[in-house]
Amino acid sequence: MSATAAAVFAPGLFASEAVHIAAGVGALVAVVAGLVGVFTVTRGQSFAGEAFGDIGATGGSGAFLVSVGPLWGFIAGNLLAACAMELIGIQRPRGRDLATGIVLGAGIGLAALFLYLDTTYHNTTGAAVTILFGSVFAITHSTLPLIALLSAIVIVTVAVIYRPLLLSTVSAEMAAARGVPVRLVGALYLLALALATALAAITIGTILSTALLIGPAATAIRLTTRPLLAIVTAAAIGIAVMWAGIVLAYDSYEWPPAHHGWPVSFFVVTLVFVAYLLSGLPGLLERRRAAIAPPREPAPAAARAES
Amino acid sequence: MSQSILDVQEVDVQLAGRKILDGVSFSVAPGQFTGLIGSNGAGKTTLLRVILGLQGATAGRVLLAGHPRSRRNPLVGYVPQKFLLDPDLPMRARDLVGLGLDAQRLGIPRPSRERRVLIEQMLEQVDAARFADARVGRLSGGEQQRVLIAHALISRPRLLLLDEPLANLDLRSASEVVTLLARITREQEIAVLISAHEINPLLGAMDSVVYMAGGRAASGATDEVVRADVLSELYGHHVDVLDVHGRILVIAGAGDTRDLAGHEGVFPHAPPS
Repeated sequence: MSATAAAVFAPGLFASEAVHIAAGVGALVAVVAGLVGVFTVTRGQSFAGEAFGDIGATGGSGAFLVSVGPLWGFIAGNLLAACAMELIGIQRPRGRDLATGIVLGAGIGLAALFLYLDTTYHNTTGAAVTILFGSVFAITHSTLPLIALLSAIVIVTVAVIYRPLLLSTVSAEMAAARGVPVRLVGALYLLALALATALAAITIGTILSTALLIGPAATAIRLTTRPLLAIVTAAAIGIAVMWAGIVLAYDSYEWPPAHHGWPVSFFVVTLVFVAYLLSGLPGLLERRRAAIAPPREPAPAAARAES
Repeated sequence: MSQSILDVQEVDVQLAGRKILDGVSFSVAPGQFTGLIGSNGAGKTTLLRVILGLQGATAGRVLLAGHPRSRRNPLVGYVPQKFLLDPDLPMRARDLVGLGLDAQRLGIPRPSRERRVLIEQMLEQVDAARFADARVGRLSGGEQQRVLIAHALISRPRLLLLDEPLANLDLRSASEVVTLLARITREQEIAVLISAHEINPLLGAMDSVVYMAGGRAASGATDEVVRADVLSELYGHHVDVLDVHGRILVIAGAGDTRDLAGHEGVFPHAPPS
């Protein structure tokens, strides 16, 4: 192995079981997040995704209180939240932010109580940090079947409703006129989003889970003009940032303060952010060029739409 | 009557105690180009939504090719109102046209040669082939209309409904869209029902008209409906219909202009012919 490779991949990286699990789960969750995230961004439901992330904290802290795995808490909390949002009316154009905001507020209120009780009864603040900011290294063997099952449910659901979902994302009216049951499709998608956020929460924490959902998808949408390609690109970006984050976090064990290791979620989220900024560069350069050189006749369609 | 592609029979719609449609009746023959003319609030959009089954009628019924409409109706294509697509949508014009083939089906579409050829042909028919690979939300309003029309037509409906497709277009794009629709109607025997608040851009293409005011409608051949006596009866007060070099102006009669306030048909801003 060359010196650079040795410097990047710290000794023991490829032998560690925690790293194996983290890399596998990270990749699977990145695929789920990419698939769901492209729809979340194009449907303008990022706020709902964020709400599921935060409400995951309620579920996770509740689960800690009754001593079950946090993933169960994320699932239960998010599914309940999804039902509440649907009932309040997330599918009405004006109800969307309202339903999300009301459910989010109630959820975080409960999280405040649960986290207080967690620290009181269990006499530790570690639970709060793990739930809120997560650690993909902390995922145990016993959680793997549940993670795989959830991922499969989300992937199959979105694949089955793919075409009706895509058209109702373009225009609910056009979809309804074709006989697509728009409300049912929207509700199924909301459930997929709730489960995808729970999966993202187990890898990078509840608070940061939206970053994995929205960031790679928003980046991919800038880079490609086809729906399926956007999903594949989002998944690939997600896998890349997860794996790079894992490598950096493993390396950071030697960084100050030594022998603790920086939070892996920090690296993942920062890389997501950097990828999004970089994806804006081609468009920026193009606009720069267009501004310097007078447009040729006839003006390209893109320039007309932006003017 | 059974040879009509669309029969609207005595349709009433009441929403929150207000009568939006009041005894609307008309029919459209196969391959006929019909203009649905009226000012904002006359009930055009509600009528189109009733035909599509997106809005229930309080009374009356709608028959498509002689039968009550079923939920999933391949007979009718639809282009909704004031529609500009999200500019960032990761979708090319050809992807949206492809969704017109089978968006109601489950699963991910499988690419096939047959599918590709159908989409390509449809794009050519609406003169959209040259921007088929552009991001659909970044196209101009007229270009987006063509793509939406292709999306609606690719499943081979027998009736195409368009809600104010000319509203956001400049005069040239508007007349291009009308010419395109008239050609498709003729070539493929597809009936077109197109709503507009301005009658003049449609005059050359229209076989018949449904003229709406205050939730009521008068229908028939253009020269039988767009007459002072018929429209005065419809508006409930006197209006004059002027023919100025082949353009039609509908003007409120002296002494009573209140119902026509805001009716854009009264202003002499029709395109030069």
